[in-house]
Amino acid sequence: MASVAENRAVHVLRRLGGVALGQLSRLGYSARFFVAVLRNTPEAFRRLHLTLREIYFSGVLSLVIILISGLFVGMVLALQGFDVLQRYGADQSLGVLVSLSLVRELGPVVAGLLFASRAGSAITAEIGLMKATEQLAAIEMMAVDPLARVVAPRFWGGVISMPLLAALFSTLGIFGAYLVGVRLIGIDAGAFWGNMEAAVDFRQDIVNGIIKSIVFGIAVSAIAVFEGYNAKPTAEGVSSATTRTVVTSSLAILALDFVLTVFMFRGVS
Amino acid sequence: MALQDSVPLSTPEIAVELADVTFGYERTRHVLNGITMTIPRGKVVAIMGGSGCGKTTILRLIGGQLRPDAGRVIVGGQSVPDLGRDALFELRRKFGVLFQFGALFTDLSVFENVAFALREHTDLPEELVRELVLMKLHAVGLRGAAQLMPSELSGGMARRVALARAIALDPMIVLYDEPFAGLDPISLGVVGQLIRKLNDALGITSIVVTHDIYESLKIVDYIYFVSEGKIVWRGTPVEVRASGDAFVRQFVDGAADGPVPFHYPAAPYREEMFADG
Repeated sequence: MASVAENRAVHVLRRLGGVALGQLSRLGYSARFFVAVLRNTPEAFRRLHLTLREIYFSGVLSLVIILISGLFVGMVLALQGFDVLQRYGADQSLGVLVSLSLVRELGPVVAGLLFASRAGSAITAEIGLMKATEQLAAIEMMAVDPLARVVAPRFWGGVISMPLLAALFSTLGIFGAYLVGVRLIGIDAGAFWGNMEAAVDFRQDIVNGIIKSIVFGIAVSAIAVFEGYNAKPTAEGVSSATTRTVVTSSLAILALDFVLTVFMFRGVS
Repeated sequence: MALQDSVPLSTPEIAVELADVTFGYERTRHVLNGITMTIPRGKVVAIMGGSGCGKTTILRLIGGQLRPDAGRVIVGGQSVPDLGRDALFELRRKFGVLFQFGALFTDLSVFENVAFALREHTDLPEELVRELVLMKLHAVGLRGAAQLMPSELSGGMARRVALARAIALDPMIVLYDEPFAGLDPISLGVVGQLIRKLNDALGITSIVVTHDIYESLKIVDYIYFVSEGKIVWRGTPVEVRASGDAFVRQFVDGAADGPVPFHYPAAPYREEMFADG
């Protein structure tokens, strides 16, 4: 009886060890992959038109969803914020609430989540399909490194696009809050903009928000190109890789946001 | 044509040599078991066999995409598995590869697909690139399709564009992976004739991996038959037609059963049908 329990324990431990080793190996491989992408960056920038093209696909084509989402998030934030603030007679601080929420948190995080769903999944699917249809093998057999020709431009296209999209998201969000707060509800425009200007600190709020969006851009783009490049070359493999990109990127954004917020806004009132 | 395993390596007449090559994707199961073959310069050589017999693996070993577990792979006098990344890429510039379904870049036009290698590896002026691309497309009869996108091409046209792309840098060796798969009879004949004519006109060496025996017999100089990771027969098209070898006969006649069995290995039918539970 004891030996059966022992065997089961050994079996469970062995499986756990196997899973841990597998994950560790994948982590090591992904780190090496990331270094290889960085090493191929100069080669990718030599063909600047490829990176510009990816900025168009990841950035410009994501504009509609980012701008519309930003506008609505800002409008809802203004409605909800006004409801709470007026209870304390602080409705003139609506601009402060909206701008700090957007610039510090919602801008980078929501834009990052939307970017992962819209552009990250597209990057993974495109690279995965290129692999499944042997286009990556064809590039390699033509003595061209796919990391330099395909992966690095997509990675940098995402990294460059993400902070710009987050900035536009926040801008449209503030505009949406202005429409609801000032135009619809009737808060004084001078108080809305004046309080916002006085409360938002360039270094503490805006720069930290930009840093966050750059970090999220790196995380989403790295995950997207990694999953695409390592997708199984089948329809099911590409589909799974695309799903993994969205799930992993979203979790990475939320986890990184917590860590970055802890470091950036310690001691900020 | 006599092809001997004992031909010394690195002679100018030999384009590719595989000596006692063993390879497996998993440690426990070998896909190739002691493959030895010699491919003379300027010839069209076919590697034939059923699906999953290891034909494409041989191409990947020649192109340096895979490394053998044992044995030697010599291309143009260089040992491919021993080459570093830069030397391997340098060697690959002398290769042209036609993939099974063309593997055209779907985001580039026909013209840009053919121009790809020229733009990547040369600093030729745009006017010269244009002339070279149109020349290659003319050779495969698709100069008029230069501005089309790959999604607008038929299967046969895509294969011809891929062929034009494969010869863009005037390669020493062209590797063809199932060039006839999924083509209608007219496209099949066109692609077959192109392989032969381009080989002779450009003085290249062609290695054709295929299971299309009839088309191959029309255009190749020599055929290797591969089964279960081993070379089971080899000879010229005339020798193939005259051969009484059971494997070759099954392949040529398209017989369902023979040395390549119809049934996947399984327990005896009666035993399985009447097994308890």
